[in-house]
Amino acid sequence: MAARLFTKIAPSAKNGAAQYSSGVRKVTLIPGHGIGPEITVAVQKIFEAAKVPIEWDEVDVTAVRGPDGKFGIPQKAIDSVNANKIGLKGPLMTPVGKGYRSLNLALRKEFDLYANVRPCKSLDGIKTLYDNVDVVTIRENTEGEYSGIEHEIVDGVVQSIKLITEEASKRVAEFAFQFARDNKRKKVTAVHKANIMRMSDGLFLRCCRELATKYPDIKFEERYLDTVCLNMVQDPSKFDVLVMPNLYGDIMSDMCSGLVGGLGLTPSGNIGKNGALFESVHGTAPDIAGKDMANPTALLLSAIMMLRHLQLHEHADRVQNACYTVLREGKSLTGDLGGTGKCSEYTNAIISKLN
Amino acid sequence: MSLISRNIFRALIQGSQHVGKGVHTSAVNLQENVCHASQSISSLQSSAKEGRIKCTLIPGDGVGPELVYSVQEVFKAANIPVDFESFFFSEVNPTLSAPLEDVVSSIARNKICIKGILATPDFSHTGELQTLNMKLRNALDLYANVVHVKSLPNVKCRHHDVDCIIIREQTEGEYSALEHESVPGVVECLKIITAAKSERIAKFAFDYAVKMGRKKVTAVHKANIMKLGDGLFLRSCEEMAKLYPRIQFEKMIVDNCTMQMVSNPNQFDVMVTPNLYGNIVDNLASGLVGGAGVVAGASYSAECAVFEQGARHIFSGAVGKNIANPTAMLLCSANLLSHVNLHAYSKMIKNAINKVLSDGKVRTKDLGGQSTTKDFTYAIISCLS
Repeated sequence: MAARLFTKIAPSAKNGAAQYSSGVRKVTLIPGHGIGPEITVAVQKIFEAAKVPIEWDEVDVTAVRGPDGKFGIPQKAIDSVNANKIGLKGPLMTPVGKGYRSLNLALRKEFDLYANVRPCKSLDGIKTLYDNVDVVTIRENTEGEYSGIEHEIVDGVVQSIKLITEEASKRVAEFAFQFARDNKRKKVTAVHKANIMRMSDGLFLRCCRELATKYPDIKFEERYLDTVCLNMVQDPSKFDVLVMPNLYGDIMSDMCSGLVGGLGLTPSGNIGKNGALFESVHGTAPDIAGKDMANPTALLLSAIMMLRHLQLHEHADRVQNACYTVLREGKSLTGDLGGTGKCSEYTNAIISKLN
Repeated sequence: MSLISRNIFRALIQGSQHVGKGVHTSAVNLQENVCHASQSISSLQSSAKEGRIKCTLIPGDGVGPELVYSVQEVFKAANIPVDFESFFFSEVNPTLSAPLEDVVSSIARNKICIKGILATPDFSHTGELQTLNMKLRNALDLYANVVHVKSLPNVKCRHHDVDCIIIREQTEGEYSALEHESVPGVVECLKIITAAKSERIAKFAFDYAVKMGRKKVTAVHKANIMKLGDGLFLRSCEEMAKLYPRIQFEKMIVDNCTMQMVSNPNQFDVMVTPNLYGNIVDNLASGLVGGAGVVAGASYSAECAVFEQGARHIFSGAVGKNIANPTAMLLCSANLLSHVNLHAYSKMIKNAINKVLSDGKVRTKDLGGQSTTKDFTYAIISCLS
């Protein structure tokens, strides 16, 4: 009964997304700092050439002092994402020093982006030591070790609190299973350390188990974090979709992108209750900013993920094939991939492969 | 050759016994605070009876007993003067397990221990949050876990010439076992970082780097998120680094560290980490050089040393199948021998392992061969010289 009830709810959530697919969709665009503007222009050009029915609503998120005296995201940007429910974001710089909250964190909080999804797939033409990597890491994004609750009890003794709640764990577990089903994945692995943190990770694990019973078509397994680390570098093909609490997800997602060639090649999406934000997770690379040398692949792949989220699969496939072809041919690659091409040349190469 | 070295060793032991006796008699005449020293010497004498050394042995769960058996076979064949004091110690089989106190007092007495992997179930029957492993570590204050990850000859891996030492604090941090459910469905888990323990592990790491002739120490942290907790750990390392100007100091955020590890592991030298990150990096690095079966580790307190595998997996699927790789355990035993100054025997075992691996004829399943644990053990024995 519960399962039937649930399946009723799940498609209705999807229907919400499906209704967007008719007509032109408005998407908030946050170009970001450093190389951000260049790579967003590259993505915009490619999408324009591919005639993707998307209208960009460009906003600036440079921190402004709010009415409370704290620096934060401008209201205009917040309104835009709230209205459009979907956004694409370049890299943001977090000013070091007190008083500034990380803008990434602020965006995450503002839109309640509870799940971070990072597909890591080996790309033809990108030589790494690992082939056939095809894993998706799904990370709980709102609590866990990153709860930000810490205090110094006495001098020299610090206590940090890792917060795990049933609500958030279930939410991310459900998302993971639904994602697996939607994307025709076979298996979901819960990554945990419940042998050490018996209550907190135990709770997370129990939530995953509970949701697993509602998705009998998806295989479910549980693995210790250390075992996953060990096996991942030996044989990445053992894994499919991974779901985990915040810190483990942070570590595993970066490790997996290391397997396929680094953050410059891995897309990332943040899914929330009030919308979704797709982003490239690499740095702002201020040293090459404005020199037409940046690699827009990560942002382009994130934008493709966004298209799939909007159910624009045909357009997504078309752009993705063009991008993969260019990478495979390896002619106009940018400097970070060992090529000599410029960002604009790479972009044009992809555009020429669109048909 | 081995006969000569053995005789030399015996002669040396006898010599030291005489010296010990001399010190003992003279110490009696001295004041009370010196008596402590004489006691420790006399206890050394009894343990070094006829030049033999006593060592606590915990076979552990999973394939542990098979691997430990392999070590015992090799020790027997090489006629190594070590006697084992064996304890069945297990969390998954609490009724048969020896009491913690007995095991702790044995290790405290012998100062050395060789240990298989203890399985840690997700929950305990008594509702306890601490695992047996944690209890043992806390009781003995085994604060430093050292894993030397090194590429072995002829073990095919994606990366070559990996050679790094990972030093992990293992008495606090995430492994504090302090958890509570505030309201149903909301669990808080405390991670404790203290200045004293952070400084202690940092000092250990730098001292170890100096002793092993290493150049660089990398502190692994997540201080950008856990500003107070990991911040304290990082500050302690930074402070300590100032006292060792010849050792280069570097810091790295843990997620970046794992990414660097899989793409370019050769950049790392000595790494010092809080508890959980150490667990992650240990396993990751072990995966780079051939898996849990080939990496040795050790845990140290100020007093004693427990030698165990670097990546701790019970490998329960292989129990009784005679397929587990004893290399890691044998390397542990070789490290144990060199720890108690039986360098000749230690070399002997290490050379035998290197020879068997580079010949490549006898390989266990994890290294792409078909040989059994026994085959491998006998191959090692036949290469002892």
